[in-house]
Amino acid sequence: MDFNDTPQEAKFRKKCRDWLEKNASYKDGSSKSEDFANKDKLNDAKAWQKKKYDAGWAMLHWPKEYGGIGASSMERIIWANEEAKFDVPKGIFEIGLGMCGPVMMEYASEEQKERYLPSMAEGKEIWCQLFSEPSAGSDVAGLRSKAVQNGDKWIINGQKVWTSGAHFSDYGILVVRHDPNLEKHKGMTFFFVDMKSPGIEVKPIKQITGGSSFNEVYFTDVEIPDSQRLGEIGDGWKVAITTLMNERLAVGDAGGADVEDAFRWAKNQDNLGEPLLNNKAARESIADWYCEKSGLKNTKLRTMSALSRGDTPGPEASITKIVSAGKLQNIGNFGIDSLDMAGMLKTDDADIKSFQNAWLGAPGMRIAGGTDEILRNIIAERVLGLPQDPRADKGVAFKDIPSGNS
Amino acid sequence: MNLDFSDDQKFLQEEAKKFLEKEKALSRNRSVLETESHADQELWNKIVDLGWTGIRIPEEYGGLGLGHLELCVIAEELGRYLAPVPFSSSVYLFTEAIINYGNEEIKKDLLPKLVTGEVIGTLAVTEELYAPSKSNIKVSSKNNTLNGKKIAVPDAEIATHSLVVSKSDKGVSLQLVDLSSPGVTIKHQENIDESRGHFSIEFDGVKSDLVGDENSGWELYETLINQAAVLFSYEQIGGSQAALDMAINYAKERYAFGRPIGSYQAIKHKLADMYVALTLAKSNCYYAAWALSTDSADLPSASATARVSATKAYQLCSQENIQTHGGNGFTWEYDCHMYYRRSKLLSLNIGSLSNWREKLVISLEQSNIN
Repeated sequence: MDFNDTPQEAKFRKKCRDWLEKNASYKDGSSKSEDFANKDKLNDAKAWQKKKYDAGWAMLHWPKEYGGIGASSMERIIWANEEAKFDVPKGIFEIGLGMCGPVMMEYASEEQKERYLPSMAEGKEIWCQLFSEPSAGSDVAGLRSKAVQNGDKWIINGQKVWTSGAHFSDYGILVVRHDPNLEKHKGMTFFFVDMKSPGIEVKPIKQITGGSSFNEVYFTDVEIPDSQRLGEIGDGWKVAITTLMNERLAVGDAGGADVEDAFRWAKNQDNLGEPLLNNKAARESIADWYCEKSGLKNTKLRTMSALSRGDTPGPEASITKIVSAGKLQNIGNFGIDSLDMAGMLKTDDADIKSFQNAWLGAPGMRIAGGTDEILRNIIAERVLGLPQDPRADKGVAFKDIPSGNS
Repeated sequence: MNLDFSDDQKFLQEEAKKFLEKEKALSRNRSVLETESHADQELWNKIVDLGWTGIRIPEEYGGLGLGHLELCVIAEELGRYLAPVPFSSSVYLFTEAIINYGNEEIKKDLLPKLVTGEVIGTLAVTEELYAPSKSNIKVSSKNNTLNGKKIAVPDAEIATHSLVVSKSDKGVSLQLVDLSSPGVTIKHQENIDESRGHFSIEFDGVKSDLVGDENSGWELYETLINQAAVLFSYEQIGGSQAALDMAINYAKERYAFGRPIGSYQAIKHKLADMYVALTLAKSNCYYAAWALSTDSADLPSASATARVSATKAYQLCSQENIQTHGGNGFTWEYDCHMYYRRSKLLSLNIGSLSNWREKLVISLEQSNIN
């Protein structure tokens, strides 16, 4: 057991760090807003992505012809570790590069790949994912937006929801129902769409945090050329699964206030005349969160160890979001509650803000990218091998599946 | 980056698993539980023959001279099969103490015999029905003579020797006692996992030998259990995995309302939570194993982290395994209760969950995690 890079990994890490040191500055510990509704922020993010692209760091595991350098998984991780130490914009391209990119790579024509992938990697064009619908959340295959074929075009009508970044995206990947008379999973077809197409309307959703990172996207008689179909007619679910698998890899740690923040806060916060850290209940909670945090960190190190050896990692990483989102909510509660009656107040104090953000944001983290419940089903079925629930939606035409009032 | 065991260590683990499977360690656990015996002497002899008691003992004393990592993989398998042997008492605690703190004379005398099985050790700390501490130890060790009583000492009957945490004018010290000495009275105390007997030991003017410095006994004991906690944690994750596997198998085979109970989300989510707790514990154990094997400054927090998460995981997996089995889980006939019992034994030997949480926070205060 050791935590050392192989000589080859060390060389690669140094190369990453040297470039980052020349082109960015180390984080100073202050937290910065990533509000991309702000045009300057958006332009900063695009400028950084372009800089990375020009130097070959943007999508390093992609093949050279699409703007990558054909790097290994381990090299990707090393780059990500190093980049995380620097104060650079991130977040905005994750959906495009992490989910849309792989689907285009697998299903788009060669000509389309050459046209779209490099500009996606470069940050010139931003992509979004149009999957969820008002009546299709955890059960995303229950989607109802319609595609009707008309010559070499398709006409799309319906509504998508929870689309991150739709308001500043140039393109989106879209799965819709082309035939409600077929079985649920067989009646879907997959496309990519120009978000500037006539008939697309984007409306931001106001979240419980007050922010708006997500949108509703309405489609009214939107035309998509058949050449923008990804996969065969009826293969929509198969293609969507490729994306969802990548989403599960991409959605990881919830971020935000963590055990170190709770610990530092408890040392300094007064509680009935003594530091909160003297309180037995506070100490037990901190111990448990520290175990969760370390457990996730060490799980990641085990995954990296497998990658470093060239092995396929085990399923351990599937626990990450369940554990970190729950921890975030508990730490948010802890911080706010430690203020007693004054916990109601919004203040300028950075720690208090971070606890309130954790508390308000954590419910979203427990839902986005697979709810706690769906993730537990996935662990139970795919990791532990338990049988699926009997289903009421198999072997019947989609239009005949019971759907309540929704 | 390699937070994993070597191929040789994995091979050793596979061999240990095959051995314990072949020896039906789990059924042996039941036999010990159901009879008057308090350990399986025959299984212990076979374990000695395999050399496991000498894994960490240097070659000059007849041992294998291997590291703690080899001990970790063995511990995981002993935990998985609930082996009813005094391995934790004799190997993780007694042997480690002799290696680390014993003088040359004691090492020369005891280490070769620990390899051959002639000597089996245990550690006697508790005196009352509450946690022992530096200030409440009463067994006295004046002039190398022990007087007083210890309780809840695991494996004292099969053991030949014990280290005793005791007190003199000069402070707390560790004293080595030959349990066959005149003045030693060992009595069985009924306990909640009779596959590992627990005993009281009364000392009436018993001759003892000092191990380590005379006034540093409590600190030596703390260091010892910080190390041993990693090995206990490995036993705990082995047991947790076995309890989880048992629950998974039952959930696939047992039908209710016309379908396997494992197809109900109430069961799926329970088992997923067990998997999550076990995965956190296991990953923390890997890091603690590294810290132990390299004598890292991180050891106190790493071992407490492994210990707290492994204790929680085993508690959850063993109790929810019973729950998954429904009424069958509550019978003596099913093995569920054996994991439940062992999880409690392992979580109490070397100190309770809440006291390990406290140790963890103290180590965070000392290392200033922010």
